[in-house]
Amino acid sequence: MPEKNDDIRIGVFVCDCGSNIAGYLDTQELADYAETLPHVAFVQRNLYTCSEGGINEIKKGIQEQNLNRVVVASCTPRTHEPLFRSSCGEVGLNPYLFEMVNIRDQCSWVHMKEKEVGTTKAKDLIRMGVAKAALLEPQEPITSEVQIRALVIGGGIAGMTTALAFANRGYEVVLVEREKILGGMLNSLNKLGPTMMEASALAEDKIQAVTDQSNITVFTKARVTEVRGFIGKYKVDIETESGIKKIDIGVIVVATGARSFVPEGLYGYDGKRVITQLEMEKLLKEGLEPGVKNVVMIQCVGSRNEERPYCSRICCQTAVKNAMLIREQNPNAKVSVLYRDMQMYGVENEEMFRDSKAKGVRYINYEPANPPEVESDNVRVHHALLGRDMHLPADLVVLSTPMISHEDAEITSRLLRVPIDENGFFMEGHVKLKPLDFATAGIFLCGSARFPANIREAVAQGLGAASRASIPLTKGSVVVEPIISVLADEDACRGCGLCVALCPYGALEIQNTEKGRKVHVIDVACKGCGVCAATCYQHALSINSFTDEQIEAQLEAFLGG
Amino acid sequence: MLDVGRHPNIELLAYSEVEKVEGQAGNFNVTVRRKARYVEEDRCTGCGACAEKCPTVVPDAFNEGLGERRAIYAYFAQGIPSTHTIDADHCRQLNGKKCGICAKTCQAEAINFEQKDRFLELNVGAIIIAAGYDVFDPSPIPEYRYQEIANVVTAIEFERLLSASGPTGGHMDRPSDRAVEAEITVLEKKAKKSQKTLDKFEEKFGEPSAEFYEKFQAGQYKDDEDRQKWADKYTSHLADTEPLEVLKNKAEGFSVAKRLAFIQCVGSRDFRFYPFCSGYCCMHSIKEAMIAHEHEPETTSSIFGMDIRAVGKGFEEYKIRGGNNSNITYVRGRVAEITEGPNNNPIITYEDTRERKVKSQEFDMVVLATACAPIKGIAELAKTVGVELDKYNFVKTSSLSPVDTTTPGIFVCGCAESPMDVPESVAQASSAAERAAEIAFQPGNEKEKAVA
Repeated sequence: MPEKNDDIRIGVFVCDCGSNIAGYLDTQELADYAETLPHVAFVQRNLYTCSEGGINEIKKGIQEQNLNRVVVASCTPRTHEPLFRSSCGEVGLNPYLFEMVNIRDQCSWVHMKEKEVGTTKAKDLIRMGVAKAALLEPQEPITSEVQIRALVIGGGIAGMTTALAFANRGYEVVLVEREKILGGMLNSLNKLGPTMMEASALAEDKIQAVTDQSNITVFTKARVTEVRGFIGKYKVDIETESGIKKIDIGVIVVATGARSFVPEGLYGYDGKRVITQLEMEKLLKEGLEPGVKNVVMIQCVGSRNEERPYCSRICCQTAVKNAMLIREQNPNAKVSVLYRDMQMYGVENEEMFRDSKAKGVRYINYEPANPPEVESDNVRVHHALLGRDMHLPADLVVLSTPMISHEDAEITSRLLRVPIDENGFFMEGHVKLKPLDFATAGIFLCGSARFPANIREAVAQGLGAASRASIPLTKGSVVVEPIISVLADEDACRGCGLCVALCPYGALEIQNTEKGRKVHVIDVACKGCGVCAATCYQHALSINSFTDEQIEAQLEAFLGG
Repeated sequence: MLDVGRHPNIELLAYSEVEKVEGQAGNFNVTVRRKARYVEEDRCTGCGACAEKCPTVVPDAFNEGLGERRAIYAYFAQGIPSTHTIDADHCRQLNGKKCGICAKTCQAEAINFEQKDRFLELNVGAIIIAAGYDVFDPSPIPEYRYQEIANVVTAIEFERLLSASGPTGGHMDRPSDRAVEAEITVLEKKAKKSQKTLDKFEEKFGEPSAEFYEKFQAGQYKDDEDRQKWADKYTSHLADTEPLEVLKNKAEGFSVAKRLAFIQCVGSRDFRFYPFCSGYCCMHSIKEAMIAHEHEPETTSSIFGMDIRAVGKGFEEYKIRGGNNSNITYVRGRVAEITEGPNNNPIITYEDTRERKVKSQEFDMVVLATACAPIKGIAELAKTVGVELDKYNFVKTSSLSPVDTTTPGIFVCGCAESPMDVPESVAQASSAAERAAEIAFQPGNEKEKAVA
């Protein structure tokens, strides 16, 4: 305890929130009650504590009444805690000696028709808040410098776009590509839908732009072998053709892409007569043999099944595009696409789909329960809409296989301590709200490493990931709320690593110290969720402002009331 | 929203419109009209006391007109900023009548009936258009009878019905039933009022109205003016109470909607309206059907569509889960017609393309998964800001520069660009921010960012 109990002077500010609280709770009774609580030196009731007048009352209380703890009983900390905290700070009270009690959401709003019980509950909450406030300790925000340099892993369209975006902002970028040349999947593609631009032209443009950018250092035929540190301060080892490079990095973007599933054993796949869409791209690029007269494409080969339940998003558009290109090269060729659902979402795709029908591409619906069969010179399909079998002559069968994760995705996942999902794709921080961030601060993702994406989407995500990752680079430092995990009892820690395994943010590591293996909290990476402290059977870890003592004091105050 | 409202680098200009844009990338001068709210933003605490006391009731646009709000209001409960606004079209004071109750109620003294539109000049480096989209109005589709059949609603209306903070508190009360209940409330109010008058007559003349009325009809009390008034009152009272009983009996049989139909591609993939696919509606219907099932485990849903486009991360899995756990049946077929059957139940006629049969099926409620339409006013905005639109009125971009408009320094994201779901919109917003920052934060060019 930094201060003896006698020195603790708590000010309690009870908010009416107009009629929002005072309309349903007896706030005067709450104020009177607060005066009776231990260490409470000053109590005030305000019409609106968050108004300028209300804030001034808090400041005046701290200055004139020598308050060293402040409790505001009002609305939710989500909206108002930062305001009250900074107000305390403005008159010299450490902002973390502030505690908020939510008597609006938890009392007046949910007990609108029960003034008496609502008021009693508010008393309980205030008593608990005061008990905790007495044990609060000052905290200082944690600041950590950021190395102004980004690492982009993967030199496909998404990775190159990200790297260029960083460079355009004036930041140094290290771009690591596992292959000999940049370009990724683009290098295997023919033309890009729906504009039918040559993929090689786009690849050349981007590669040229990346090469011309003095801010971008490219390592090809290279891979990241070691990543230590945390946001702003990563130490990365990159294995290159000219040896290991050790580079300090501030932020990392994962743009490792995906690969096309090879359908060994499915539909008589042989790479010659029965090929994948990716192989089709190559044939089209080289120019289709005039003998190709009858082409049958089969959708959802190896996807939307038990083994790979997901829809790979871009295979339908690829099939439609290639079907049209086949008709362009061999105008007499018959092209049939056997599909389950045509996933031509959006404006451009649907337009291309319609266009392809006008250009004579035939679409036949099949059901997964009765899938097509590739026979020696034809494909049998049960036409689900006509309700009968058809035999389509086929001198070329093209299988639309899903994008699957790279074989080294798991290695990358382990290196960076970021998760992959059940399908092997990297898992973003939040499926809707943080699609380009990992939960771990400082690491971001884009393109098909996240989920199959077409060129347009990969470019958009590449730009977006750069935007997200530029925030710490622009600020130059990371400032973190000090409500984080601390190793409160070093002797108790046995270095078991259970907490390390469970930390969702990669904020814990085991270090070898003089006292043996001990956990170390990477403070700027910690979000203060408390999983580690709740897990530690030795009670070695504790969360600032949510210590065992503070929570126990709250419970005692509740039970003792 | 909260993060936007709280961020020190964001100046939020809500209830405002861009009037004029001049200049070029890196240096735009923008004139913004700050529309009069008649409430001082820096004073209003969002407590809502004014709205409680306001006597003027207006259909609530946020709840798709399914609920009510007052003439002074916050657009919705958690809206940012929480500043209230007076609806000048409906406010009594602003329409020359005597009122001003809100001003008397407001303890923060935030009401200002004299407020005028203000104009703000901004100098910004880059502009991002994130104007969103409009829900397609299905009224012009004759075969779906959206206007005629009460229990045919749009997906966004259904969203409000499902919402715990919506007009039905999350219960799937059918619009036809709600209309009957509203009528009952009106009649009850009227009957209560006329009963009071009758009570007075009964007290005065010392007999029950029914007995008096029999005598009156038999010809007694001719030329008795007072009794004539009593008789008139009683007649009108009966005219209210008789249908009231009928309606009440009817209302006793009401239950929440349990048999739901969702119709996909309403206005989308339709040459009469929008030929494009709106992308998110398949998942939206699945989600609504799943939530409806969570609310009421007996709910069954049929989703009628050409293709069920579950193309996002985890979407196909979600679709399958909906089928396995939430009583959802996916029917491949385009609905030909909706008619109204007994009990205001919509009847759907469709071709089941798998069975090659034309079928009819009765439901409690039908939800139309309406298209993502370009937002009203986008043509004017595009003209003001100086960007081109595509043939549908989405802001024009290209595959390789997905957030760049036709004008340098002006970017676009979300459904103003083309239909997309939440993760796509969030990702694209970051892309637009990146492109804007590349211009706005060039060394020595520290300009603030305006979001139009």
